[in-house]
Parts: sequence; structure tokens; C-alpha cells
Amino acid sequence: MPEPSPAIRVEHLVRQFGDVKAVDDVSFEVRRGEIFAFLGPNGAGKTTTIRMLTTLLPPTSGTLQLDGLDPVTQRDEVRRRIGVVFQDPSLDQDLTAWENMEIHGVLYGVPKAERRARTEQLLALFELADRRKDKVKNFSGGMRRRLEIARGLLHTPRVLFLDEPTLGLDPQSRNQMWSHVQQLNASDGVTVFLTTHYMDEADRVADRIAVIDHGRIVAIGSPAELKQRTGTESLEAAFLALTGTAIREESVGATDRMRQAGRMWRRDR
Amino acid sequence: MSVIYILWLREVKKYFRSPAQMVGTLGSPIMYLGVLGFGLGSIFQRAGEGSYMQFMAPGIMCMTILFTSTFSGMALLWDRQFGFLKETLVAPVPRVTVMIGRTVGGATVALCQGLLIFLVSLIAGFRPAGLFVVPLAVLFMALVALVFSAMGTIIGSSLKEMQGFQLIMNFLVMPIFFLSGALYPLRNLPGPLVVLTHLDPLTYGVDGLRGVLTGATHFGLVLDVLALVGIAIALFALGAWRFSKIEV
Repeated sequence: MPEPSPAIRVEHLVRQFGDVKAVDDVSFEVRRGEIFAFLGPNGAGKTTTIRMLTTLLPPTSGTLQLDGLDPVTQRDEVRRRIGVVFQDPSLDQDLTAWENMEIHGVLYGVPKAERRARTEQLLALFELADRRKDKVKNFSGGMRRRLEIARGLLHTPRVLFLDEPTLGLDPQSRNQMWSHVQQLNASDGVTVFLTTHYMDEADRVADRIAVIDHGRIVAIGSPAELKQRTGTESLEAAFLALTGTAIREESVGATDRMRQAGRMWRRDR
Repeated sequence: MSVIYILWLREVKKYFRSPAQMVGTLGSPIMYLGVLGFGLGSIFQRAGEGSYMQFMAPGIMCMTILFTSTFSGMALLWDRQFGFLKETLVAPVPRVTVMIGRTVGGATVALCQGLLIFLVSLIAGFRPAGLFVVPLAVLFMALVALVFSAMGTIIGSSLKEMQGFQLIMNFLVMPIFFLSGALYPLRNLPGPLVVLTHLDPLTYGVDGLRGVLTGATHFGLVLDVLALVGIAIALFALGAWRFSKIEV
């Protein structure tokens, strides 16, 4: 019997922007049901890789497979199989938690009965059930994050992408959020692909970790293996040993400025 | 179909949930009706043109629809800033359904605002030819709303940041209003103005709505409908194309 395809398979992946190779010959596999952390300094190629895996950007060369499907040629099939929680919030703040879930369910073609049942179940799991009729603008940062993750899971994806989901959350909210994600991973078997800058989080939740720097994978293995290989005590020290201590500067584009403006707006409200 | 419906519903729900916005956007049309309507009324009358309120009210209804529908299209920029646009753009559905749901939703909101101004104008003394013209008037308002919410979608898809808003307002939306014949008759205009007014899509909306409500039309209702339908189709096609080019 042939082995089932891995949740994600990436082979010799390259993405160039002009002369710059943002992702340079990257290969890795994510097994079904595992929690996989993708770590790297700013500008290392994390987001570019996620964008390619989530069908938002075609690769320059190399192959990608998600649940055995090609994100370029089978875009909509792949989209139905993945849940994505972006770095930036993407909820409609003028609508209620329930309505945000409802729109997502319709966009992903989840039949009505299943949509309702699963929304109930997910809102309960993420401890938002009693706030279902509240507008999202009245939610705290942690609640919004939880709602986004619940929404990303509504269409029962095979792989859940979490791009820096705990950015800007207090330790309590972070802790609670990861507990929920782990719980779901254990019960539903959903594969989780995450990025974060908090090494303690990766250490705690990830089965395996890939470290990317300058567009290349510099190490891959379990948190214990990475620490052992670098002869360090903590994942943070291992990460610094692998990627160096120089600070990375990112060029600021229009999108970043808009993002910043959006953040300021949200803060003012 | 359900995707179009749910995104349409989103626009309509948001409209009915913010009465402050609803009332706020009625401010300037009410001022136009009150101040211009009564202020210029006697001069208009003396020039032998009849009642200015009768003449201008359909134009102000169109103005309200123009502003509301253009803004609702430009709310795309807002959704982009707050991230919700991304949620709809990465869904496994054709972009064009997202675009149609949003745009028709925006047009529906604009139509509601137009109908509100219709009621306000009745209070201000406007008298339509009869009750039987109302369905046809709604049709014209709906066409105007569709044309300009499609235009709003084109603008919203093409701009990257809110900074362009003032530019669009002053160099596109206001000229469209002032060149539409909403405030003055199209007869005996100087040459350049004749050309510009004829190129303005709103001109056909104002003329058609005025024709339906008061019986006075410059181009004739058939030409007005044909022009509006043609422009709406063209702008929807262009809007769908621009919308498909938005990068996430």
C-alpha cells in the first residue's frame, strides 16, 4: 500500500522578486496531524513561503503539494482544504461573531445545517459562545484572534495556517489560544503550520520546527533536536545560534504603511 | 448565488445598523433642497421655467444616489485597511461573485438613500405626476445606483490608499454632479458644456428620473434607459476586471 501523501510537501521551492531570491531552494515536508513551526528572522522568507502554500503567490520554480494537490493549478480545491489566519486581522468589525462565521461558511460552501452546528461547537470551544451576538469591534485582541482561528476552522480544513497569531497578545491570551489549538489538533487531527517570533511558544506546541534564514532552510527537527544540535539550553539560544544575532531591516512598502495606518485606527477606536 | 446574497446582505445590514450615517449623509441633499430650492425658486420662476423645486428635486435624488453609491464602492479601501477584503478574496469562489455581491449591495443602499430623499422632497413641496410613476422612478434610481456603485468599485480596486479620496471627490464626483443638469436645464448651454453634459452618465439618470416624475425630459425616456443600461454593463465589466486584479 502506498503511503498517504504528507500534509505539505515542498521541493526545491524558489521565489524571486526581481533579482532577489526571497525563497531559495527550500524543501521540507509536514506530516499529517503534526504541529509544525516555521521560524526565521524578519525577511527570511517565512511569509513568502506561506503565501505560496496558501495559493496567494505562484512560485518561480520548484514544486508544492498540499494534501497531494497543487496550489497553482488546483487553487480552489486547495483553498477549501486550508484554513488561514493572517498576520493582520481580517474580521468585519461591524458584524457580530456569528455573522462573521456565517459569511465564512457561505464563502467556503459549508451546507447550512453543518455551518450552524460547527459554528456553535467552535464558538463554544474558543469560549466565545456567550458573545456570539456582539459586534467584533467590542472584542478584546485575544477574543478577536480566537474568533479568527475558529473561523479558519469552520470549513474543517486539513491544514491550518497561523501566521504570527499571537502578535500583540498578552501572555494569558497567548497561553489560552495555544491550549485551544493543541486541543483541536488532538481531537480533529488538523495539521497546524505556524510562524511566531516567540520561541517559548514554538518550544511548547511544535512537534517539529524548521528554521529559515536568507531564503534557505538552515535546520529542521524537533525542538529537542535543535537544542541538542546547537548545544544550547533554550530554543531561543538555538535560534540565535542558527541565524546569528544581526538585526534584519525590512524595506517598507505601501502595504506595510497601510497596515500601520490600520493598526493606528484600530488603536484609536 | 449564495455568495452574492451573503455579501449583498452584509452591505445592507451595515447600512440599517448605522442610523447616524444614514441621517448624516442626508444633510447635504436636504440643504440643497431647502436653500437652493427656495433661494433660487423665484428667479427660476421669473425666467419662465416654472417651479424650481419641481425641476431640482429629481436632480437632488440622483445626487444622493451618486454620493452614496460611489462611497460604498470606495468602502473597498476601508475593508482593505481593516483586512476583511482579504477574507473574501482568498475564498474558493470566483472573484466576480464577490464583486457583484458587494457592488449590488452598495447600489441597494444608495437606492434606499434616494428613496429617503424622495420622501423628504415631498415634505419640501415636490409633487410627482402621480403615484403610478413611482415604480418607474425606482427603476431609474436603481440604474443610477448600479452605474455609480460600479464606478466606485473601479476606483476602490484601483486606489491603494485613502489619500486619493479627496482627489476623486473633487475631480470626478463633484464634476459628475455639476455637469449632470441636476441644477440647471440642458437647453441653450455654451458649446463645451453641451459636450461635457452629454458625456456625463448622471445626465441620463437625472433626465430620466425627472421625465418620469414630472414629465419634462430632454432626451426621452427610451434613450435615457438605454444609455444607463449600456453604461452600467460597461462599468460592471470594467469593475469586475479591476477587482480581479487586486493583489492580496
